[in-house]
Amino acid sequence: MMRFILPFVVFVVLAVFLFVGLNLNPREVPSPLVGKSAPAFTLPQLHEPAKQFSPADMKGQVWLLNVWASWCVSCKEEHPVLMELSRRNMVPIYGLDYKDKQADAELWLKKGGDPYVLSVADAEGRIGIDYGVYGVPETYVIDKQGVIQYKQIGPVTPQSLTEKILPLVAELQAK
Amino acid sequence: MRYLLILMLSLLPVFAHAGEAKDMAEDPVLEQRMIGLAEKLRCLVCQNESLASSHAELAEDLRREVREQMQKGMTDQEIIDYLVSRYGDFVLYDPPVKTSTLVLWYGPFALLLIGAGVLVYQLRKRRSQIAEPQISAEDSRRAAELLDQTNSPEELNKKDRQA
Amino acid sequence: MIPEIGNFALIVGLFLALTLGVLPIIGAARNNAVLMGVARPLAAGQFVFLGVALLCLTYAFVANDFSVLYVAQHSNTQLPTIYRISAVWGGHEGSLLLWAFLLSVWTLAVALYSKHLPEEMVARVLGVMGLIAVGFLLFMLMTSNPFDRLLPAAADGRDLNPLLQDPGLVIHPPMLYMGYVGFSVAFAFAIAALLGGRMDATWARWSRPWTTVAWVFMTMGIALGSWWAYYELGWGGWWFWDPVENASFMPWLLGTALMHSLAVTEKRNAFKSWTVLLAIAAFSLSLLGTFLVRSGVLTSVHSFAADPKRGIFILTFLVIVIGVSLLLFAWRAPKIGLGGKFDPLSRESLLLSNNVLLSVAAASVFIGTLYPLFMDALGQGKLSVGPPYFEAVFVPLMIPMLLLMGLGPLARWKKVDAPELARRVRWAFGAALVIALLLPLTMGKWSVMVSVGLLLAFWIIASVSLSLRERLAGRDDFMQRLRGQSLSYYGMQLAHLGVAVFIIGVTMVKGYETERDVRMDVGDVLNTGGYEFRFNGVTEEQGPNYVAGKGHVTISKDGKVVTELYPEKRQYNVSGMPMTEAAIDTGLLGDLYVSLGEPIPDSNGAWAVRVYIKPFVDWIWAGCLLMSLGGVLAISDRRYRIHNKRLAEAKTEMPLEEKTA
Repeated sequence: MMRFILPFVVFVVLAVFLFVGLNLNPREVPSPLVGKSAPAFTLPQLHEPAKQFSPADMKGQVWLLNVWASWCVSCKEEHPVLMELSRRNMVPIYGLDYKDKQADAELWLKKGGDPYVLSVADAEGRIGIDYGVYGVPETYVIDKQGVIQYKQIGPVTPQSLTEKILPLVAELQAK
Repeated sequence: MRYLLILMLSLLPVFAHAGEAKDMAEDPVLEQRMIGLAEKLRCLVCQNESLASSHAELAEDLRREVREQMQKGMTDQEIIDYLVSRYGDFVLYDPPVKTSTLVLWYGPFALLLIGAGVLVYQLRKRRSQIAEPQISAEDSRRAAELLDQTNSPEELNKKDRQA
Repeated sequence: MIPEIGNFALIVGLFLALTLGVLPIIGAARNNAVLMGVARPLAAGQFVFLGVALLCLTYAFVANDFSVLYVAQHSNTQLPTIYRISAVWGGHEGSLLLWAFLLSVWTLAVALYSKHLPEEMVARVLGVMGLIAVGFLLFMLMTSNPFDRLLPAAADGRDLNPLLQDPGLVIHPPMLYMGYVGFSVAFAFAIAALLGGRMDATWARWSRPWTTVAWVFMTMGIALGSWWAYYELGWGGWWFWDPVENASFMPWLLGTALMHSLAVTEKRNAFKSWTVLLAIAAFSLSLLGTFLVRSGVLTSVHSFAADPKRGIFILTFLVIVIGVSLLLFAWRAPKIGLGGKFDPLSRESLLLSNNVLLSVAAASVFIGTLYPLFMDALGQGKLSVGPPYFEAVFVPLMIPMLLLMGLGPLARWKKVDAPELARRVRWAFGAALVIALLLPLTMGKWSVMVSVGLLLAFWIIASVSLSLRERLAGRDDFMQRLRGQSLSYYGMQLAHLGVAVFIIGVTMVKGYETERDVRMDVGDVLNTGGYEFRFNGVTEEQGPNYVAGKGHVTISKDGKVVTELYPEKRQYNVSGMPMTEAAIDTGLLGDLYVSLGEPIPDSNGAWAVRVYIKPFVDWIWAGCLLMSLGGVLAISDRRYRIHNKRLAEAKTEMPLEEKTA
């Protein structure tokens, strides 16, 4: 009788789902902004507050927008990777200093080195919300048309750099 | 002692300034609306808490954002749309009805219909399958009593077989 | 040394469980009395050794042995002794040990109170429970040993999460686990019956009291957890539809369905395959809950530190236990007979409708809890399912269920005369309707939601009263009639009343609670809900392992002091975690709830203060308590014990082997 095997069948399907679920990270939220234009903003530059920066200035270039903060623990882990990347001069990195104090941020860059072409200060975290930032550090790959092509949640690692970010950057630059 | 304390406390306002407490929010009505909306939104950095109850910094920022957008005159739906465009459906505790959530929203009610259908079908099938000899109420009461006294599995099964 | 003894006891426990899981089951299959006879001593041995293991871990906690990794992670020298004991189950490894120990308690209980059962049944039931214990003990020894050493030892421990340093959390986990594990007994009975191919009303009669006991523990466990959340989290919520809460609620719903379907199976020998399936499902959901909480597949406020290795292990275990049971079911269930006859409208069919509704309700919680996982696994993106979903889906499913709940106990077995039943209940229903429509007006605000809630509650109350009146009213001696009803009848009615009380609590607090979030300077007053709250400032106080800001709020009504409340804001020394300790004035008609927010910067001792007035909120937990008491009454019913004795006497004369009908 088929109907008595039904509970078993349902359970097998469920077990497959649970097994797949074990290898997923329920806390990682993919950004709906990928494939959309990077939200516009105009913010004072960290080092020269008199000057301003806006993503619109970057039209025609492929660039990275890295969200960082001096209070962020995993940014420490990421920092040397970004320093190395900036030395290789493959893609300009712009920093969004998220909910930070000016003095702390400058001290952090002085100590660990400054991988950024420039950083802007998002002291109240409003631009962060506009970009859907929920865990610092986060890194956006933005193409020549100003469209977000990729978002790295959490620190950039040598692995994510070679496997995902740099090939994508090269591809976008070639376009 | 207790009464003395109470007496002192009731005299306290004479000495202390006795202002009426002020609402934390500048605009309590708006705040109510904000909390009502925030209860349906998920705090992204927390384990599993609503935006309304979380103490996380991002949650506070997002509450501020919602409050400001409300002050600008945006509707709840516009604010939800804004947040979804930034953070995805993940921020909604109340997922939208769309193809991928049909099972979520209608599955339970479909199950209820199926369950009710199966139950009715089974009950009818049983009735036609079990042709119990018509016995009087008195007989069945006595049988039940007997059954209760001996309580042997034998008896029950015999009765089944008879049926 | 002591932790090594604990570790050794665990290993011995594993071997005893393994033997218990193998020999008696073989014995039952071959009708070998010797092999069956070892079941009881092995159950006792398993209990002793797991008890020793638990005591060893407790000792390590009390003695601050920080060379044990688990102790170092979950305790601290400053931690008060009572919380050092409850810290034993404050983390993943220790709570597993508690799980395994409680399983051995249930196993022992079955071994002791099964003298009247056929030997092969006892052997199989204990054997199945032994096999479950094997899984948990293996899991513990291979992935989560609480006795793992930390060398060199830590100077001091990392402390127990301050949220768990609370009297409610001392007893909540043991109660809840007693419930979870208790469903293993009904499960074991079901598997034993399937193995033996013997499925009849006696099987239902045997597993019924066990199921009820487990259900009572689970009800209390869930209620305690909810009560804890209410006073500890500082904003007065009592149920959050968090995956971990749902993980306990699903087996509770199915356990409730099981109690009712066991009644049909016992009384009318019907729907046996369904009842067996429910018994399997209720325990399977208990196991699934363990998996959800400990594997990290879902995000929850309460989940333990996740570890994929553990996840794989529990999932494998889950697949073996549930998969094999369901295969066994598929193989044996078609041979189960149909049982007694009844009409499509009868108490039987009403009880089965209750089963359908409860199962669908459990399924809706299940779908909601796991949907994010399903979507993610299918690559459909991330989403969240929270309270708004559950309120929208679960509540409508409960309405027909509660309406039927009033009818069920009034309906006769076998056949209901619908017009006659309608005639009997019309006054009860009318009265409930009038009360439901009018009562909200006295509260000052009428709303559909409140009226519907009250209608359901008063309908249940009215039908319980009607049933009592029909049974107790009469010319002859009232006392005699009172005694004439069985305890299980009173138990059922009490539990149903509990549901009504629960609904009143939920409805009133949802409909009429008030909340104020205010800034209070010292001496400020807040007038709300007819009360005056005066804030007398915050003083610093030293706790055993924390520093507290202790607020003092005087509440008065019409110029008379009602009560003084002392809400606290604590900062725990070791973790530095801030904790809000709300102060609550509990009352029959509602609670006054005050909690401290943050101090206002640059002020003269002003604080953000939250004040809630929560009418009838305690009825929520009182309702759960009544449900549990109803369960206790039902199991103390004389019938079960007398039958036990009679059966024991009759047993020797009866042939045990027989075919199913």
